[in-house]
Amino acid sequence: MFKTWLPFEWIVSIRFLREGRLQTLFIIAGVALGVAVIVFMSALMTGLQMNFIRRVLSAQGHIQLLPPKEVTRPLRLGVYAPPGEVEAAIVQVPLQRLKSIDQWQAVAQQIRAMPQVIVVSPLAGGSALVMRGVASRAITVAGIDPALYYRIVTLPDKIVNGKAELTGSDILIGTELATDLGVSVGDKLRLTTASGADTTLTIVGIFDLGNKAANERSTFVALRTAQSLLALPGGVTSLDVTVRDVYTAETVAQRITAATGVQADSWIKTNAELFTAIAAQSTSNNAIRFFVGLSVAFGIASVLAVVVVQKSREIGILRAMGISQGQVMRVFLLQGGLMALAGSVAGSALGAGVLALWQRSARSADGTPLFALVLEPSLFIEALVLATVTGLIAALAPARRAARLDPVVAIRG
Amino acid sequence: MVDVAAHPVVVQLKGVRKAYNVGTAFETEVLHGIDLTVRHGEFCAVVGPSGSGKSTLLNIVGLLDRPTSGTVEVCGEETTALGDRALTRLRGHSIGFVFQFHHLITAFTALENVMMPMLGAEEFANDAMRVRAEALIASVGLAAWKDNGAGNLSGGQQQRVAIARALAMGPALLLADEPTGNLDTKSADEVFALLRRFNTEHGTTVLFVTHNAALAERCDKTIEVVDGLVTA
Repeated sequence: MFKTWLPFEWIVSIRFLREGRLQTLFIIAGVALGVAVIVFMSALMTGLQMNFIRRVLSAQGHIQLLPPKEVTRPLRLGVYAPPGEVEAAIVQVPLQRLKSIDQWQAVAQQIRAMPQVIVVSPLAGGSALVMRGVASRAITVAGIDPALYYRIVTLPDKIVNGKAELTGSDILIGTELATDLGVSVGDKLRLTTASGADTTLTIVGIFDLGNKAANERSTFVALRTAQSLLALPGGVTSLDVTVRDVYTAETVAQRITAATGVQADSWIKTNAELFTAIAAQSTSNNAIRFFVGLSVAFGIASVLAVVVVQKSREIGILRAMGISQGQVMRVFLLQGGLMALAGSVAGSALGAGVLALWQRSARSADGTPLFALVLEPSLFIEALVLATVTGLIAALAPARRAARLDPVVAIRG
Repeated sequence: MVDVAAHPVVVQLKGVRKAYNVGTAFETEVLHGIDLTVRHGEFCAVVGPSGSGKSTLLNIVGLLDRPTSGTVEVCGEETTALGDRALTRLRGHSIGFVFQFHHLITAFTALENVMMPMLGAEEFANDAMRVRAEALIASVGLAAWKDNGAGNLSGGQQQRVAIARALAMGPALLLADEPTGNLDTKSADEVFALLRRFNTEHGTTVLFVTHNAALAERCDKTIEVVDGLVTA
């Protein structure tokens, strides 16, 4: 018996779908497969991209502020040469000496006040030579404020031996450098800079950044230690900044430059190739989504076109008994929408299931998942809405055809 | 429901012509200027050889088809200038159809088929609708089969359900296009008796297309269509 809360068009649509059970099931399965592919691919791509970005950003800030480069100002024309004669000046590119960001504390405070910014960490960095006995290695010394810097680069997580705490006479070195120099935690290292300054520091921790070159060259000391070693009293060579949304880093960097006048490079700019690769991946993902959606739409449209032919006599009878063209059209539109909705619900569940299975099976050698998959509810809602709208659009042509059927011809068959 | 007393003439056709493929080399005129008046409560047999234009005439009277020229008045309403929406509404409220092949909708039960025109007009099902449909199903002697799927009834039963469905909106005019043509004699008699009963009890005007001379003789009036013209 008819449900009193269901309108006419819903009752007829549902009954027609139930009557052609097998046909309905096939198209729902088709939609479900399409939606499952979209859900699975989207989650996989997003997870992969987030993983790339996470790995890149685990070793650097989202934005880096640097002091302005030294530029040569050529002599003004006409100052030294007599009027009418051209001065031929050879402009030599200047050396980039190590220098501090001007008024960096005021700049840092100004940046910290920005709502998009999470952390601003000062860093005094330069080159040095590390010596132990007859062995020596060229290294980069990064003077950091651990409380701030560890919020950007989770160095304590990468310590394989010792600890990440830094006092004025401590140093953290990479695993490769430790091996090369034959040192361990508690040993002392002598650091010398090109200007002749030197200091002796105690190794308190050995880290593994997951990169051989970085493990060979990178070292971390306390900010003040680096400042005195590199002859930058109170100065810093860069400010590392993290922002709430990593994709807005370039916009924030431009805002910082505009507000402070200090050169700010975002990770998007410094990793342009990675970012281009991610954008290309997103574009291909969208193209696949579009074509899967298109094939789903054609599937629904073709099945409904067949249903209209099969049901043409019933449509004629309905029209004869006073059912309007609009009502007939809505009956078929609803069928498209309902099949797509049912298919997208099943497809979302299937996609989530396959993702869970994939996450369980795709693991690194140590048994941990290759990367974390992103299963956002918005993805499912998006798939649901998009599939239903696609179903409605696909049903449009068959529904119009059904509504315009001449009842006399339809009844005659 | 149409106030039939207010419209003593239920169908009025004046100079109705119907041609197909108009303006092409294949133009064929099927009806050649028909004048016809059917009064309230009449039970008319429409007879004539196959291809004479009976079904076309019925489709025009039933507002399923439009004449090429001439005027068609149904229940006092001139229909020539009406749009599709108005025609559909008039058809739904004033005219009931019974076809040679019952044309029940197999996705629904017998009772649901009878409720269908009322549901289409009112959008939502209600108790009054169900009560009326049950009364109609009972009146065609199928109360025990009301919940059967339309496809699970015999030919005679299906035609009786189709009659109940045609009467669901209480139409002033019932158009029956060879409703007994596909039935055995016993079932054909039952269907005719039903139509006659509704005509007598409710004053429903009936146009009954038939090839059965015996049944035609039992009607009040005979409209004979020969070569696209009404001859009697």
